[in-house]
Amino acid sequence: MKAIVTILAVAALASVPLWLRDPYLLNALITTGIFVIGAMSLNLLLGFTGQLSLGHIAFFGIGAYVSALTSLGFDIGLPGGFRLVHAPWPPIIGFVLAILIAGLCGYFVGLLSFRVRGAYFVIVTISFAEVVRLVALNWVELTQGPLALTNIPSIALPLPGFGELTLRTKFHNYYLVLVVALIAYLLIARLVHSHFGRSMRGLMENETLAVSVGIDVTRTLTIAAVISAAIAGAAGSLYAHYIRIIDPEVFAFINTVTMVIMVITGGKGSLAGPVVGGLIFGLLPVGLRPVMAPEAQWIAYGGVLIAILFVLPRGIVPSLALRLAKWRRPAGPPPVTVTETAAKEPA
Amino acid sequence: MNARSIAMTIDQVAVRFGGLVAISDMSFEVGEGEIVSLIGPNGAGKTTAFNVMTGFLTPSAGRVTYRNTALAGLKPHEIADLGLIRTFQRTSVFPNDTVYDNLMIGLHRQSRVRLLDAILGLPGARASERRLRQRASELLEWVGLERRAHDAAGSLSYGEQRLVGVALALAAEPSMLLLDEPVSGMNASETHRFIELIRGIRDRGITILLVEHDMPMVMTVSDRIVVLNYGRIIAEGTPDVIRNDPAVIEAYLGHGAGRA
Repeated sequence: MKAIVTILAVAALASVPLWLRDPYLLNALITTGIFVIGAMSLNLLLGFTGQLSLGHIAFFGIGAYVSALTSLGFDIGLPGGFRLVHAPWPPIIGFVLAILIAGLCGYFVGLLSFRVRGAYFVIVTISFAEVVRLVALNWVELTQGPLALTNIPSIALPLPGFGELTLRTKFHNYYLVLVVALIAYLLIARLVHSHFGRSMRGLMENETLAVSVGIDVTRTLTIAAVISAAIAGAAGSLYAHYIRIIDPEVFAFINTVTMVIMVITGGKGSLAGPVVGGLIFGLLPVGLRPVMAPEAQWIAYGGVLIAILFVLPRGIVPSLALRLAKWRRPAGPPPVTVTETAAKEPA
Repeated sequence: MNARSIAMTIDQVAVRFGGLVAISDMSFEVGEGEIVSLIGPNGAGKTTAFNVMTGFLTPSAGRVTYRNTALAGLKPHEIADLGLIRTFQRTSVFPNDTVYDNLMIGLHRQSRVRLLDAILGLPGARASERRLRQRASELLEWVGLERRAHDAAGSLSYGEQRLVGVALALAAEPSMLLLDEPVSGMNASETHRFIELIRGIRDRGITILLVEHDMPMVMTVSDRIVVLNYGRIIAEGTPDVIRNDPAVIEAYLGHGAGRA
């Protein structure tokens, strides 16, 4: 049942560019897809370990800048009169480096903050995002500051025997984003269903008990942070090579908030939650734009958000799953059984 | 008693919270395969002693040694890796998971699959998962909760939750088990079955240290009893010795009781 829904959903998503000819809508779907990947990575932390990263856009932005700079090249002065010159590399290497370096940043942020956790993690991540934004804004020699990095090349896929396929059109980029999103989804699903996922759940539900059965808190949370940051970095790289221009505004707090909204409304801690929430809140502005004044759009956006959380407080996917389960088993309250707790001798 | 090798040594342990002395100068030993109970009135320092032994609390003085390893400076999960596993008075389950999944989380120490193997779904990782599922079912059956396997642990009765807590601890493959008031919240027949369970655990070669208020249960199950009062050990010995110890009677019943 679940597998059929998944296959139908993937098939539906894969068919979109075949019948949707409107480039504006296709563009909206691509950027939404990129943000959905970001939201999925945020969900890995927020939904499965309970740690709120309110600076998650930092990993996304780092991925974007790393990928852009790798493929554009740079020439910067270092203390002592040295110069660091980097000739442009293919964007696909930028994509890989974006994942690695964003993951590395996730490691350090995790290492710093998971000794204390909770509110401290929230504060460390917000500060981290702000620091990175200021660096991107002020290190003009490297990042061009507010002038933005422009002319970022599109990703080119090396095809053995056929040369290269440069993913320049929206048609190509749609499938690129879809494939990366599917890989991210599968990766997170495997992770969550492994023993590692059980450790994360245990820590979220009852940390003291989890520790007492031998689960290493710092290690578990740090690994989750690394993978989450790496996926966000991949999304950032896709963003840079699709939009082909990035400036420090990519680190804006509102972008993190958007991802949090996608996760919370879709349902944190559910695999499909960020996808559903992401599609709704990624496409909502597109749908509202032709019918409302700009001021009214944000009011409507907020209204939809409140309505969803009011009607489905656990998020769309978990709430609907719960209703479906109740609908299938309509037999009133569960039978109260006084279990005979027979303690048997060991075999 | 002397023929037995020593599993755990508590050597002159003291715990002070500011000016409050929770434990002062506590020393005793637990032999391999023994069932030892730690009893005493409320606030005597029993749970504090547990917290010291399992690394949740650093003692102000003294040392705890388990199988010749000093526990000072080890984190709780590292102590768990030595095979020293505890249960808790209050928070004994992962409430939102099913009983079965609780045990799967508890089996963490048995799963030594590399993360990458699990993500790629390699055969080794799958085989390991199968083993764990098998083990979880066995444990459920052993504590008699197989019919509750797919209920959320938080929805179980208090007594059943204690059983889940014990099964969770067993899932971690302890060589020594520290049980913190395991039968509180159980009725008489549940307690009776629990005593059988504890004996069964000991027969598997697992050393047991028990903190419990239920005196009939303690007297029935223990090889030896250590009595704490105001953070100090006031008596130590077999159930028969403890039953007739004037200091113990005084601690529990007050001055007049001896004369009455």
